[in-house]
Amino acid sequence: MLYSILCYESEALAAGRTRQEDDAMMVRLRAVQQTLRSEGKLGPVARLMPTTTATHIRAGKNPMVVDGPFAETKEQLLGFYIVDCPSLDEAIETAKLLAREKPHGTLEIRPVALFNAGGVSQ
Amino acid sequence: MIDMAWIDATLTAARPQVLGALLRYFRVLDAAEDAFQEACLRALKNWPVKGPPRDPAAWLIFVGRNFALDEVRRRNKQTELPADDAILTDETEDAQTELAERLDASHYRDDILRLLFVCCHPDLPAAQQVAVALRIVSGLTVKEIARAFLVSESAMEQRITRAKARITAADVPFDTPGAPERASRLSAVSTMLYLLFNEGYSASGGDAHVRVPLCEEAIRLSRLLLRLFPSEPEIMGLSALLLIQHARAAARLDAENNIILLEDQNRGLWDRELIAEGLALVEKALRHHRPGPYQLQAAIAAVHSQAARAADTDWAEIDRLYQILETLQPSPVVTLNRAVAVAKLRGPAEALALIEPLAAKLGGYFYFFGLKGALLTQLNRPDEARTAFDHAISLANTAAEAAHIRLHLDRLQKDNESKRSA
Repeated sequence: MLYSILCYESEALAAGRTRQEDDAMMVRLRAVQQTLRSEGKLGPVARLMPTTTATHIRAGKNPMVVDGPFAETKEQLLGFYIVDCPSLDEAIETAKLLAREKPHGTLEIRPVALFNAGGVSQ
Repeated sequence: MIDMAWIDATLTAARPQVLGALLRYFRVLDAAEDAFQEACLRALKNWPVKGPPRDPAAWLIFVGRNFALDEVRRRNKQTELPADDAILTDETEDAQTELAERLDASHYRDDILRLLFVCCHPDLPAAQQVAVALRIVSGLTVKEIARAFLVSESAMEQRITRAKARITAADVPFDTPGAPERASRLSAVSTMLYLLFNEGYSASGGDAHVRVPLCEEAIRLSRLLLRLFPSEPEIMGLSALLLIQHARAAARLDAENNIILLEDQNRGLWDRELIAEGLALVEKALRHHRPGPYQLQAAIAAVHSQAARAADTDWAEIDRLYQILETLQPSPVVTLNRAVAVAKLRGPAEALALIEPLAAKLGGYFYFFGLKGALLTQLNRPDEARTAFDHAISLANTAAEAAHIRLHLDRLQKDNESKRSA
């Protein structure tokens, strides 16, 4: 089963981290990713730019383009992982490995309904 | 499990919203600040025991407001009130949740905008607006601000006290602003944030030429402003401009604190993450087709940031953007900057012809004489170049600026000597 692990955190708090703190966190997270990758569990990983860079498209016959972010919410989606785990229990354990390396925020696990790995890279 | 670093970061992040709301309730800055201070103290006492509240900002507003109301009652009735901890019961938690739901988005936006706007009182000189904003909105201590401005703590204390007295004496605008009033507040606040950034980017005095914390604070506040007003292309432009300029911070000075000009900078030291965010914002802003000075300056910074080497810079595009900026916001400084692009495109003679008429207006401007000296050097007019550089040194704001010009003078001197010996 593929699960997405969505990382929510208060953007204002995340932006308050110093570069050194952020770099240190990324080093710890990459170590967890390396473990997951070697176990064949890790799919794409993305870190998103701040919500101030977001653009929203309202669905409908004539889609409307609106600048993000939406009205203030407490935590914002800042990034996500796709992991391959046999059960929710294991997905939770996997998310905990990542959660331990983050100072605050919430990780949400959502099973993936449709997955297309695509071909882009950066 | 709640760590003190989290509480600290949360209090800092919540400050503009909470203080803004308390200012709306009490209409007096000192009262709002006292109430915020008290709410923070109670948070430090309460949160580690009871766990963090669902909505920290709403909790702080609620507790701060109650504290101040109690103070008023205490003074009016002289009656006994329940002990501090009594108000922090579960009942309060429910009440604050309810309050949180009632905090509507438009109040929240205007509260923060008002808080920023009171710091921009037109009677206050720019440096004081910035100092007061750092104290009130950012919550920096007087000591930290004094350090950033390189003045003594007592001098800064005096400056801020005086500025705050001026703000208090003025009418703080408490009505919910209409669209034109909101736009004019946004514009005043944008200018103040730009000044704050510039104070860090190109320090107006002292030894440190770049003061990173001031730049970072300006970026933090500009992002906050953009979250509140997500469809304002000029706020996108302002944020983008600050991000792209700040991305170059590590490359702008060498180990001895000497200025390194844009064309000589090690572009590998530029912060690509900040540049990417800035470019995303420029792109978003341009879709609005409502150009403004910040968007144009951001677009110019974006062109520079996209050149892998200095030689790859698209000077024609920069010249074009400066020309639009000149029509939107005519200013000798903008023309001076365009002259750099003109020199690259069409040579130093044309650039010099462009800036010579600016002499009367820019007679006290360091960069005018710096550029004039550089152009005259390229035109092989060393004596006039030396005069211009001497003039620049006398106008330098920081040691780094003066040292940079001295470098030019030394080069002229060497050229002169080698010519004589040849």
